[in-house]
Amino acid sequence: MSSSESAVEHALDTSFFQRWLTAAAESVQREAARLTELDSAIGDADHGTNMQRGFAAVTEALEKEPPGSPGAALILAGRQLISKVGGASGPLYGTLLRRAGKALGDAAEVTPQQLADALRAGVDAVAQLGGAAPGDKTMLDALFPAVEALGGDTASFTAAGEAADKGALATVPMLARKGRASYLGERSVGHQDPGATSSALIVAALAEAVR
Amino acid sequence: MTQDSGEKLVGVVVVSHSGEVAESVARMATALAGGGTAPVRAAGGTPDGGFGTSEELIREAAYAVDQGAGVAILVDLGSAVLTVKALLAEEDELPEGSRLVDAPLVEGAVAAVVTASTGADVDTVAGAAAEAYDYRKV
Repeated sequence: MSSSESAVEHALDTSFFQRWLTAAAESVQREAARLTELDSAIGDADHGTNMQRGFAAVTEALEKEPPGSPGAALILAGRQLISKVGGASGPLYGTLLRRAGKALGDAAEVTPQQLADALRAGVDAVAQLGGAAPGDKTMLDALFPAVEALGGDTASFTAAGEAADKGALATVPMLARKGRASYLGERSVGHQDPGATSSALIVAALAEAVR
Repeated sequence: MTQDSGEKLVGVVVVSHSGEVAESVARMATALAGGGTAPVRAAGGTPDGGFGTSEELIREAAYAVDQGAGVAILVDLGSAVLTVKALLAEEDELPEGSRLVDAPLVEGAVAAVVTASTGADVDTVAGAAAEAYDYRKV
């Protein structure tokens, strides 16, 4: 517990992370049909169902084995996503959360800045795993602007959500260079990337978890 | 087949989006390796029998073939590649000496099982599988 009032106000404890992941799961559930529809245009029409299954497993695991720290919550969620999603987004989102969780260590509370740094490490790990760069029409086009917008206070969570959303929208005119959509070449242009869209949902859920 | 010196052999795991493909490639590789003695396991599809990649099945298969000499993992595409890479990046998820082999699935699996059955180490097994890329068919 910190003695400084502003630090207490902005401290993110384990229950914040549970609220974030639960809000993300609800959002994915709500938007599953849209994600699948986007994926049917340039992918194999399973992104919504895959993400829904993965995040349902996350909420179930959070209830069954409540994590003891923010880092443990993210590692638990990442592990569930890798094992339950069944598509490429599983290892990618799993790596994002697991790497961020490891960066947070076993601290009982973290600052928004520590969360921002941890998510940056997670996004870098995703880029390395998938070999993609911004502009390739992938989830990174939402995630990179999001971590750029994250900062030292919880108000930056709203900005990150908006930046991710804008990043997802910006994938529409892009040519897909990674994953199954890249087989389509020019025909991938004109469609919003499903992975960038689900990334924006997950980032937007951060602000919902703030109390 | 008569080799029985207690020698540790490299294990081979065949990962595909399809359970049938993985099973079939694993069986074919063993058969074409003359009933090779190297342990081979398939990790195909999702646990419920659908198409996809299961880290659970991959981990099970890797530990099942692990004799302590390393495990050569052959994959088809997309999430199969990413899942194995993600598991390897975590360091404690797969048996020590596990390697993602950069090779075509079918040809690579045959070369891997043949080479592993000779008692070669995991680098040699991975190298033999990767050589399959150099064999032009036309």
